Amino acid sequence: MTKEGEIISQRVRALPPSPIRRFFDLVESMPDAISLSVGEPDFVTPWHIREAAIYSLERGQTHYTPNRGTRELRQEISSYLARRFGLEYDPETEILVTLGVSEGLDLACRALLDPGDRIVFPEPCYVAYRPCASLAGAAPVGIATTMEQGFKVTPEQVRAAGLGLAASQPSPGGGWARGRPSAALRACPECHEGAGRTPRRAALAKRRPPLDSARGGPSDRGKGDPEPACPERSRRVEGPLPGRGVTAAKALLLGYPSNPTGVALSAQEMAALAAVAQELDLLVIADELYAELRYDAAPISFAAAPGMRERTVLLSGFSKALAMTGWRLGYACGPAHIIDAMTKIHGYTALCAPVTAQRAAAEGMRRAEREVEQMLAEYGRRRRVVMSRLRKMGLPCFEPQGAFYAFPSIVSTGMTSQEFAERLLVEQKVAVVPGDAFGECGAGHIRICYATGISLLEEALERMARWARLR
Amino acid sequence: MEDVSRVMKQAGVRDILQILEQDARTTPEQIAERTGLSKRRVNRLVRELERIGAIRKYKAVVNWERTEGERVYAFIEVRVTPERGRGFDAVAERILRFPEVHSLYLMSGAYDLHVVAEGANMREVALFVAEKLATIEGVQSTTTHFVLRRYKVDGDVLEQPERAERLPVSM
Repeated sequence: MTKEGEIISQRVRALPPSPIRRFFDLVESMPDAISLSVGEPDFVTPWHIREAAIYSLERGQTHYTPNRGTRELRQEISSYLARRFGLEYDPETEILVTLGVSEGLDLACRALLDPGDRIVFPEPCYVAYRPCASLAGAAPVGIATTMEQGFKVTPEQVRAAGLGLAASQPSPGGGWARGRPSAALRACPECHEGAGRTPRRAALAKRRPPLDSARGGPSDRGKGDPEPACPERSRRVEGPLPGRGVTAAKALLLGYPSNPTGVALSAQEMAALAAVAQELDLLVIADELYAELRYDAAPISFAAAPGMRERTVLLSGFSKALAMTGWRLGYACGPAHIIDAMTKIHGYTALCAPVTAQRAAAEGMRRAEREVEQMLAEYGRRRRVVMSRLRKMGLPCFEPQGAFYAFPSIVSTGMTSQEFAERLLVEQKVAVVPGDAFGECGAGHIRICYATGISLLEEALERMARWARLR
Repeated sequence: MEDVSRVMKQAGVRDILQILEQDARTTPEQIAERTGLSKRRVNRLVRELERIGAIRKYKAVVNWERTEGERVYAFIEVRVTPERGRGFDAVAERILRFPEVHSLYLMSGAYDLHVVAEGANMREVALFVAEKLATIEGVQSTTTHFVLRRYKVDGDVLEQPERAERLPVSM
């Protein structure tokens, strides 16, 4: 019998444990605490959407749907994206309904990345980015962004990280492209080799089919030509490439508006990043789950940036804008050959998204503009309250332009993020998430979620302020 | 009306109305913080909204079923002979003065005036209909429906169903 610790696959064992496990247990033990540490709306799904789900059950709609999702919902998604973002996606071939953006991200990583491929993304970021890339066998490379730069990744940083320039080289933008030393190790969880090793670029041309490559896409690669035990090893060539420490990255993962910082990009900023993506021939995975939750600006999509449609997988969903987190429904849009590849995996692993949720979401896409507007107005007021209180407490915070999070710095308190969060919870019964849960560069920050009823929110902030004064 | 559109065009007034409609006890400080306006500006806008009648008054939504006191409501369909030159208004104005009349609407359809009457008990309401309402000149007939239970009043659900809990921490 294999030893217990060895039953679990190495790939999973290599995943870091949840950074907030201990904190989560602590919050759970205090049922009367006010929680500003959730990642979902406090609103319940609008009634007409829930009612549509009930009606679909009454009519006995309880069967599988096509792998890609119901035609009705794909059609609604297509017209919504056209109406709202000026994006054209063919509902027959370019849209896949997924189990939330979570599955969409996993599918995109698995469909696009081979073992050892580098995928770069700005941090702090949503907690699943790094693990999803690792599970696909790829090498996740975080790009640290700071409050000083408004948590917006600069084109220079993307270029440096994309080219695999070493960590010690500051980018002209002032930020740091961090080639994490552990990245190479994680690059190949199978063989646990890699630290100090320089992954190669030898197979670059081979492993990156042109975007308009044959149907069947990425998964067809290597058929009849058995993969070596460690694909990473097979790519090794002697010596680093001139001017490059490691291989060029294959993909860029962007999560704006951002969980946890609430930062959103302008059209100009997107265009500048798009230019770098083109220059380095990067695929882009754009997680735009919070796109509808924009304050002071209309929603925009990275896929609409110049030249991006053909190289972008757009991930979005219904959870945040329509308050449908528990329904587990999202969608992925992109060039047909990429969506085909993702659909292949999805067909085998999930078959299809739940039919009831799909019926409900179709109703939501048709008729929820007023509710979305009302929720957004309410979030906007809460955002002002949070910002005004943080200012009064003297905690610097970059003004969030989207989502429902604020990410203030708590460095001035002399505490670490973890200490701050635990003491605030124990002493004032207010729960916030320590910022380093979203990447090392989130240290010194906390994530405040303002998707909480305004009077509770005011009470929580009042307690925080009182506590800050006492200390 | 020009006055109304001038007031309503000012930045933040719709925000203020929505906030106060949800909770009339929200303080000017709180409104200022939520809207990004100054407290002085909020006070001025609220006064203007009161002046043009956009805000009529501030009151509590009381659920009398949660008190010891009893309160009975009836919906009364009233058929009326309109008065020459004044239509239904003359009869309506006579009816609305009674303190028993909670709300009054002019309707399209099978009857003319819709009266919501309230009283301490059914007998009180019945007496009001029989002695006051039905005897008004121009009133042809009344049909009284007593309310058995109030579920939702003016946008407020009186007995909230149990709310589903969110996970205390989620990413």
